[in-house]
Amino acid sequence: MKKLGQQTIQFDNSPQIISSASIVGKKEFEGPLGEYFDQVLKDAYHQQKSWELAQVKMTEDVLAKALEKVSLAQNEIDYLLAGDLLNQIVASNFAARNFPAAFLGLYGACSTMIEALAMAGLMVDGGAANNILAFTSSHYQATERQFRTPNEYGDKYPSYKQRTVTGGGTMIVSNQTGGVKLTEATFGKIVDLGIANPQDMGGAMAPAAADTILQHLEDTGRSPNYYDLIITGDLGKVGKSLTIELLAEQGCQVQDNYDDCGVLIYNSSQKVGAGGSGCGCSAVVTASYLLPQIMHNNYDKILVLGTGALLNPTISLQGETIPSIAHAVALESTGHLTSGIGREDIRQSLATSIEDLSGVE
Amino acid sequence: MAQIDKSIQDYKKMVNKHHPQESKLKNFFLAYLFGGSICLVGQIINNLFVFFNFNPTQAGTLTTIVLILIGGLLTGLGIYDELAQIAGAGTIVPITGFANAVVSPALEYKQEGYILGTGTQVYSIVGPVLTYGMLTAMLVGILKLLII
Repeated sequence: MKKLGQQTIQFDNSPQIISSASIVGKKEFEGPLGEYFDQVLKDAYHQQKSWELAQVKMTEDVLAKALEKVSLAQNEIDYLLAGDLLNQIVASNFAARNFPAAFLGLYGACSTMIEALAMAGLMVDGGAANNILAFTSSHYQATERQFRTPNEYGDKYPSYKQRTVTGGGTMIVSNQTGGVKLTEATFGKIVDLGIANPQDMGGAMAPAAADTILQHLEDTGRSPNYYDLIITGDLGKVGKSLTIELLAEQGCQVQDNYDDCGVLIYNSSQKVGAGGSGCGCSAVVTASYLLPQIMHNNYDKILVLGTGALLNPTISLQGETIPSIAHAVALESTGHLTSGIGREDIRQSLATSIEDLSGVE
Repeated sequence: MAQIDKSIQDYKKMVNKHHPQESKLKNFFLAYLFGGSICLVGQIINNLFVFFNFNPTQAGTLTTIVLILIGGLLTGLGIYDELAQIAGAGTIVPITGFANAVVSPALEYKQEGYILGTGTQVYSIVGPVLTYGMLTAMLVGILKLLII
């Protein structure tokens, strides 16, 4: 691999995604992308005593699913790269308790999935690992009570507030042939344009997203229309329109090929304010919606960004603002189809070419 | 290509422009409607107690107890916070809102046990109301002592 410009790494041996899986809550399942997700929770407790334990169980389930789809055993995984929104990233490290692989905890708030994916790419490309499981999760109720107020407390949400996605997503990055490859990764800087309102995550994160998009394009010497789709993790409707305007001010036009996972995941009738947020948002949309689209060449090249608002409830009460970050990974089709990416019926409906499952070992 | 070079003030203006506009008049009207309806229910309950021969002081106390019960029950059934999305201040201000603010953390923190969970957190929302309510009462008490 080599360094491009300021913040971008270009991979030589293109690490590949051989499998991905997702698990979502009921509300996410009822949204427009519902049919793409692998598993759905019956209720928010997921047969556990608390919401935090439900999130741990969700994470365990989604890891098992990603391995099962390509018949990999736990001991064939070299590293686990993961993080989540709960204090001390408990959903991730508790889920890894029974997993015989080295664990590296990451925290990038809602950018964690893409941060983990990019790090996994570096480790596989550099020869440090053969197979890496990158994962993250978020849970609406568990997040609400940690960052905001008790769930049943009756405060009126402003229309620009977003809803934390209940969902867990995972991807296995490998040096074997998979359905989608990583070509470049751009790690973002912390950007803070003074937004202090914890209910306005989209507003806080949009400058970080715009900054990383501009940096990536500058480092690679590309124009925005090089990509079929540039997609951010969880900016919601407000953050999406802000990002478009911020980029346009710098002469970067993305109206035609830009979208946001948080906008895609819910219907406008689901009473979710400005859309989805949370680690799970970009994780489940990427794992189960974007990857199959790339693998089947509906999109050839996608730049996906994880966007994180590094909010801390304590320091926020002390009057501090919300620093934000965005990491980007460029994804391309490998020309191979793998049973690990997408649900079977989704693969069949997307398949436009003759099945070639030889890529999976 | 250029970098994002906005000042904090300019960005604040831009964000406000992108926030969906909510009608203050509509919020005001809905809060009035819901808050008023809760008061109406309270008045009906109060009249019923008077009708059943309770004296006005007793009827007032019993009405308060019944409204707190209703607020707590609707919180437990997961209805109160949904109502609040429409009613806004209309469900926060009446005593049912106070019940909601006590019952919601009590329910939520049961997962951490009755002592260190519910016991510690039950006043996490109404704490400021209680603290400054008591402080005000004390100051008024001192004033009364000095003046009268």
